[in-house]
Amino acid sequence: MARLIETVDLHKTYNPGKPDEVRALQGVSLQIEEGEVVALKGPSGSGKTTLLSLLGCMSRPSSGLVTVAGRDVSRLPERFLTAVRRQTFGFIFQQFNLLRDVGVLENVLLPLYPQECPVKEMRRRADALLERLGLAHRRHLKVRQLSGGEQQRVAIARALVNAPQILVADEPTAHLDSELAAELLEILGGLRDEGKTIVIATHDRFVYDHPLIGRVVALRDGRLAAEAP
Amino acid sequence: MSVTRQLKILEFALAATLRQRGRNFSILLVYTLVIAVLASVLFLTRALREEATLLLSRAPELVVQRIVAGRHDLIPLDYGRVLATIPGVGQVTPRVWGYYYDGLTRSNYTMLGIGADPPEGLALLSGRLPRLPKECALGAGVAGLRGTGPDGDLILVDHRGRTVDLPVTGVFRSDSALLTNDLVLLGEDDLRSFFGLPPDRATDFAVEVRNPQEVETVAAKVKQLLPDTRPITRREILRTYDSVFSWRSGMLLTLFASALLAFCVLAWDKATGLSAEERREIGILKAVGWDTADVLALKFWEGLVLSLTALLCGLILAWVHVFWFDSQLLTPVLKGWSILFPPFALVPSVDLYQLFVIAFLTVTPYVASTVIPSWKTAITDPESMMRS
Repeated sequence: MARLIETVDLHKTYNPGKPDEVRALQGVSLQIEEGEVVALKGPSGSGKTTLLSLLGCMSRPSSGLVTVAGRDVSRLPERFLTAVRRQTFGFIFQQFNLLRDVGVLENVLLPLYPQECPVKEMRRRADALLERLGLAHRRHLKVRQLSGGEQQRVAIARALVNAPQILVADEPTAHLDSELAAELLEILGGLRDEGKTIVIATHDRFVYDHPLIGRVVALRDGRLAAEAP
Repeated sequence: MSVTRQLKILEFALAATLRQRGRNFSILLVYTLVIAVLASVLFLTRALREEATLLLSRAPELVVQRIVAGRHDLIPLDYGRVLATIPGVGQVTPRVWGYYYDGLTRSNYTMLGIGADPPEGLALLSGRLPRLPKECALGAGVAGLRGTGPDGDLILVDHRGRTVDLPVTGVFRSDSALLTNDLVLLGEDDLRSFFGLPPDRATDFAVEVRNPQEVETVAAKVKQLLPDTRPITRREILRTYDSVFSWRSGMLLTLFASALLAFCVLAWDKATGLSAEERREIGILKAVGWDTADVLALKFWEGLVLSLTALLCGLILAWVHVFWFDSQLLTPVLKGWSILFPPFALVPSVDLYQLFVIAFLTVTPYVASTVIPSWKTAITDPESMMRS
């Protein structure tokens, strides 16, 4: 397996030099191989979300190195960082982060609007994903008319619509009951089988003990605590 | 950024605008009214200037009046012979005219006496010019107010208080309603008799100057030879009209500027105070791969769609107000405070420069007040969405 993501001595400090300075990450070095499913676990404030946002090119480290597919993205200007994020990553957020007053289809299409993808192709991809996730009959409804589980599936469809190589999920089961959580992990299992690399931040035992997870990386106070096989 | 990409963002912007129907409709309403007021002032001012210019293009280069005790008085016909001796002066025509207040319709008419040669620039709508004694032709406004026309009669009261029955031979039309709308045209002798004017006097003289470059010189010569006269050049009248309209429209525009400023402050306040939902939306867009330029393009299109819609509605509203409803709301200020003149319809006249000025004064501030505050939110790291 080829190395897809690597971090070397990663540091992230918020409000540096100010009284409310927070050292969220302190020297994290990590490698993630292509096709791997990695869970980042740890208590609140351990740095899971910060690490996830750095791996997903949503922000830049204070120091240290992040490479994605061999390319150093640690110091890329915002424009290029966005391009990498758009082409490589799909995101599933804890709160789903959907536009509530917008239709299901439009939410799924969101990542494709600022891309060169033709409108026909956009719709074809979105329709295929909605069909696959059992939401085809809900495509014209507004998001606020959907149940929590359905909203989660819309968020997954949106994360997949740009055919990303890497899927990043932050506490994806936080707002789901155990049945919906199992359903989500089943979907993620299918994506793993297609060769997607998946990084999940979670403190839900049900997730990091699930057979889907290939490796668990534990974080504590912004440092790697231990890795379980 | 490619056209396809821009079109897709525009499509999303349109959907976003429709999504917030209530809020955007109220902004559109206020915005449209602001533009309609500005456009009405500019349309009306321009139309009045056009009317005045058209009217005066047919006026003589030089008019000579007599002044007695600082007031306009009848001028002796002998003065015409003196005027004709001035080098450069062509035809000197005595004119007989006056104003008549019609108590019945509470309107002022301009009454003009004609000799053998009718004035230029008057085209008949129907009928013919008066040829026989006691006949008259009317402007469309007078005919409308008095409910008469060709083959009808116009009954007026002369200077001795006696009613005079004037058969109407025709009703005028003109490219400019200002020229003939309040006009009553009758034979010179009839007019003298009606107003009691002595036969050796005229109201003023129309003086033809062969070389238009010498009008000022001839006017100075007139003043020198006939010190109790006032020569008035066409250029002076045009300048006076221009400054009067400019002053009035300037006054209105100053008032309007305050309204525009208030609207901009409101728009700025609305835009700077991005709601939590709007900030969240921008954060989501950034998180799913929109960059700052994409978000700004979206906000630009949103602002442009709303402001162009308001501009179009405002211009249509102003057009209808000024040219269909005779600018009922602005007429008292811009056309004068008198209500005695018969109403007249202005000839629609708008130029592209004027439209550009209106668009620049209204669209630019709104789009800027939409885009700039969004920029503040759009440049923040999308990481914040991970924590919401």
